[in-house]
Amino acid sequence: MGTTGTPTNITQGSRTRGGVGESTLRPDGILKVTGEFAYASDMWHEDMLWGQILRSTVAHAEIVSIDTSEALAQAGVYAVLTYDDLPTEVKHYGLEIQDTPVLAHGKVRHHGEPVAIVAADHPETARRAAAKIKVEYRELPVVTDESSATAPDAPLVHENRTDHYVGHVPHPNILHRQPIIRGDAEEAAKKADFIVRGEYTFGMQDQAFLGPESGLAVPAEDGGVDLYIATQWLHSDLRQIAPVLGLPEDKVRMTLSGVGGAFGGREDLSMQIHACLLALRTGKPVKMVYNRFESFFGHVHRHPAKLFYEHGATKDGKLTHLKARIVLDGGAYASASPAVVGNAASLGAGPYVVDDVGIEALALYTNNPPCGAMRGFGAVQACFAYEAQMDKLADKVGMDRVEFRRLNAMEQGSLMPTGQPVDSPAPVAELLRRVKAMPLPPERQWASSEGADVRQLPGGLSNTTHGEGVVRGVGYAVGIKNVGFSEGFDDYSTARVRMEVVGDEPVVTVHTAMAEVGQGGVTVHAQIARTELGVTQVTIQPADTQVGSAGSTSASRQTYVTGGAVKNACELVRERVLEIGRRKFGTYHPAWATAELLLEGGKVVTDGGEVLAGLTDVLEGECVEVEEEWRHRPTEPFDLRTGQGFGHVQYSFAAHRAVVEVDTELGLVKVIELACAQDVGKALNPLSVIGQIQGGTTQGLGVAVMEEILVDPKTAKVRNPSFTDYLIPTILDTPTIPVDVLELADHHAPYGLRGVGEAPTLSSTPAVLAAIRDATGLELNRTPVRPEHLTETETCWTSPRN
Amino acid sequence: MDFLRPASWEEALAAKAEHPTAVPIAGGTDVMVEINFDHRRPEYLLDLTRIGELGDWEVGEETVRLGASVPYTTIMERLRGELPGLALASHTVASPQIRNRGGVGGNLGTASPAGDAHPALLAAGAEVEAESVRGSRLIPIDEFYTGVKRNALAPDELIRAVHIKKADGPQQFSKVGTRNAMVIAVCAFGLALHPETRTVRTGIGSAAPTPVRAKDAEEFLNAALDEGGFWDSGKIITPSVARQFADLCSAACNPIDDVRGTAGYRRHAVGVMARRTLTWTWESYRATGRDAHEMGGAA
Repeated sequence: MGTTGTPTNITQGSRTRGGVGESTLRPDGILKVTGEFAYASDMWHEDMLWGQILRSTVAHAEIVSIDTSEALAQAGVYAVLTYDDLPTEVKHYGLEIQDTPVLAHGKVRHHGEPVAIVAADHPETARRAAAKIKVEYRELPVVTDESSATAPDAPLVHENRTDHYVGHVPHPNILHRQPIIRGDAEEAAKKADFIVRGEYTFGMQDQAFLGPESGLAVPAEDGGVDLYIATQWLHSDLRQIAPVLGLPEDKVRMTLSGVGGAFGGREDLSMQIHACLLALRTGKPVKMVYNRFESFFGHVHRHPAKLFYEHGATKDGKLTHLKARIVLDGGAYASASPAVVGNAASLGAGPYVVDDVGIEALALYTNNPPCGAMRGFGAVQACFAYEAQMDKLADKVGMDRVEFRRLNAMEQGSLMPTGQPVDSPAPVAELLRRVKAMPLPPERQWASSEGADVRQLPGGLSNTTHGEGVVRGVGYAVGIKNVGFSEGFDDYSTARVRMEVVGDEPVVTVHTAMAEVGQGGVTVHAQIARTELGVTQVTIQPADTQVGSAGSTSASRQTYVTGGAVKNACELVRERVLEIGRRKFGTYHPAWATAELLLEGGKVVTDGGEVLAGLTDVLEGECVEVEEEWRHRPTEPFDLRTGQGFGHVQYSFAAHRAVVEVDTELGLVKVIELACAQDVGKALNPLSVIGQIQGGTTQGLGVAVMEEILVDPKTAKVRNPSFTDYLIPTILDTPTIPVDVLELADHHAPYGLRGVGEAPTLSSTPAVLAAIRDATGLELNRTPVRPEHLTETETCWTSPRN
Repeated sequence: MDFLRPASWEEALAAKAEHPTAVPIAGGTDVMVEINFDHRRPEYLLDLTRIGELGDWEVGEETVRLGASVPYTTIMERLRGELPGLALASHTVASPQIRNRGGVGGNLGTASPAGDAHPALLAAGAEVEAESVRGSRLIPIDEFYTGVKRNALAPDELIRAVHIKKADGPQQFSKVGTRNAMVIAVCAFGLALHPETRTVRTGIGSAAPTPVRAKDAEEFLNAALDEGGFWDSGKIITPSVARQFADLCSAACNPIDDVRGTAGYRRHAVGVMARRTLTWTWESYRATGRDAHEMGGAA
């Protein structure tokens, strides 16, 4: 890994091993690799029941009747609940807009919507009982895209909307609309020597986390409930669960269980309320686990999008203007759609300087599966479109595609289309230069004296080519992602840090509600505590709601915000420890009063390195504990008409170079290499940073060449809810991913760090598409690209013949 | 669901006779997926894992008698010389774990058009050894596939083995999937040269309701190779002959549009694979197969 940039100032800078900047190993690493880690689906409780959801078999219908009598009569069944059994007046939930029924009421709006829940003493009994529930549907016409959703006679997905977006949308099937207007794009277009337009389509991607949704609800003697759950944000869940149960929040005690990946798909509730309802109804612990099939219906997906882009440039290659229209399909319920719209709009111009901009982004309500958060969150779809545009425009101007981007790249001090200045390093041109400068993988890697090595060729062991039809292509892309929650959201985290002496050794305990979903937050928290407090022994408490909110493990924010909260709490602990030291030993040596004091190696030392006291002596009979909320600098909402505003906390940038080989006759693709350069501000754990970048890159590759949930446009039903037909990359599909990490400190952020997790997911996809275009000469305006697009043999795959 | 566990082949046949709806299960790589997805709930499962001889194989003069449960891994490792087409097809089956459990008997029993073994069996030439309490019979592979996921077995019959002709010339297998490993075929193609009879045989997977041979393509190529004296001269097959063979293979398809691919693409891809596998096998024949055949003929 190459690292460059200004050295980052670490306030306390303990030399304790395992601190910030080291690649300390994950505490859960060995358990996960050896298969011993307890995921949420491994939970067990004596005497527990199994919960099962009955989901709608149609996308849009009135529920004429539900008959649960046969299910209830089955031996081993303890409860069957429908909407009518909900205990309070609160019967809906949602991240921002409470439009999602806990159980369907009178109507279902998408395929797979929960209609009834069952608890039984065996999962198979529960499944059979659910199958015996008779639901009579009267099917309604579906709306599945912009034209059907906004047609004059379109059925309304939600009648009588009362949310705060309804006042400014042009149609009730449009959930939210955000324009970004800066300068005058119409007028500026007149200065353009070249104009390119494109219409782009982004398919519906699934998070495809490997650990399916799972939870265990245990009724408590005080009338409350303990819920063990795989989620991304315990306190957000809690706020939605408690009112439906009719319990105060302190009677719903939540503990994070082993999370097998999230990528945004666990921001919304899945079975949390259902498991609690069944547990409280039956008085028994209830476990619920989705299988893979159900998981495809049990969480939101990435918004599919249609994007219309127009860019202009002068003949010397400067961008003149941008007009864009981004239509996101939010599906049947709101989920995170409004925020995704804000991101797609505000980041829709990409990391480029363009003064005259007119962008409109909107999310539709349709009868398609609900869409919401997924890694990259609206910025992914936009990046696919603007990067395709950059290639087209560079070609028109007659410039090298990378040089064209570098010429127009934003830098520190540039203005976003929202008017917000980019006030920390924005090394866009440098990232592009770096990926381009990396050596290219050798040609014909697959050729050997013994013939072709098919594993290195498109098709792999399927043995489709021995080199015939294979053409190499190279493509570049760069993207911009915001870090943290935006648009005025009060995005804080809480950390509780305790220092005490245990067994003659100073020990630090860190307690937060941060959801460890695989990102490595637990590792980083321990590193921060070691650096700030100079001790080696750090215990990370399990995440639960017995401590304040840590916000969501989303938006590349956890190291920044909960990491910042841990750092802040550690600093307060350090102050208290030094106060105690001064109180106890201040008279022993004048340095207690005059020197800058640090905690190092379990001792209080001066900045000159002189030891003043051991922490065991300072803390004898004392325990220092601090719980504090910590906030990054505030943001503000975007103006509803112009989109102007200081909307984002921080920006992150990554660039990719993709090298692909395409079997141009069969339309099969082998990605040979996906090189990435990314600025991370400060790599708190360099190995984890590389892992995040490689993971994000691979997830971007997936939606470039294979990952797509197919929804029938006539019925709005999901056609491939399985890992047999929803394909994610295997190791044979995953290329070498060389990573060049820059560390240019953002002085607004703890340690100068920059959120890492999402940026590489943006530019990976357009880089792969650009490389495939380079190999084939095809225009390819949709992703994922399928073999029939590359061989131009597409027929109407959306209407299968039986 | 009752689980029948016969200890011997005879007991298994008796159980199948008594319970004709019983679903045989060996590796379980198909049946368990169907059960887990709730696609079927058989009244009886007939467990064949205690019948050791289903995992045996015998290499005879003309054919390999391959026990129904011989795993794909074994075919890849032990029968590459005798059954090169099937060994290549076995390589493309799912993942190593699945290849360690699944066998050709299951592929035949399920008779999915997407089964990876079928094109190789059709191209090599094979007979399915079916047995019941009534007796044993050999079903020619060309007559085995009767419809989508249907085969010629009687309700009381079990697959004991498959008799596959030992390769007398080069064989190839090629499969298109939209991922470079662990993927169900969008379509697949098998080709075998039979220098002894101076014929070629083909097999197409996932591009028609059943696995099929491209018989018009075979007849065309047999005639072209014969008339041109190609078998003796070992001349390079001209592009126009290869193209016409490929077009006839495409024409033998009767595919559908589904989530895995379009009908148009399947037809196109089968043609490309036909042309490529013809080139590979013929080049192999020119390089080694022809000499070996002539020497064999002389001895």
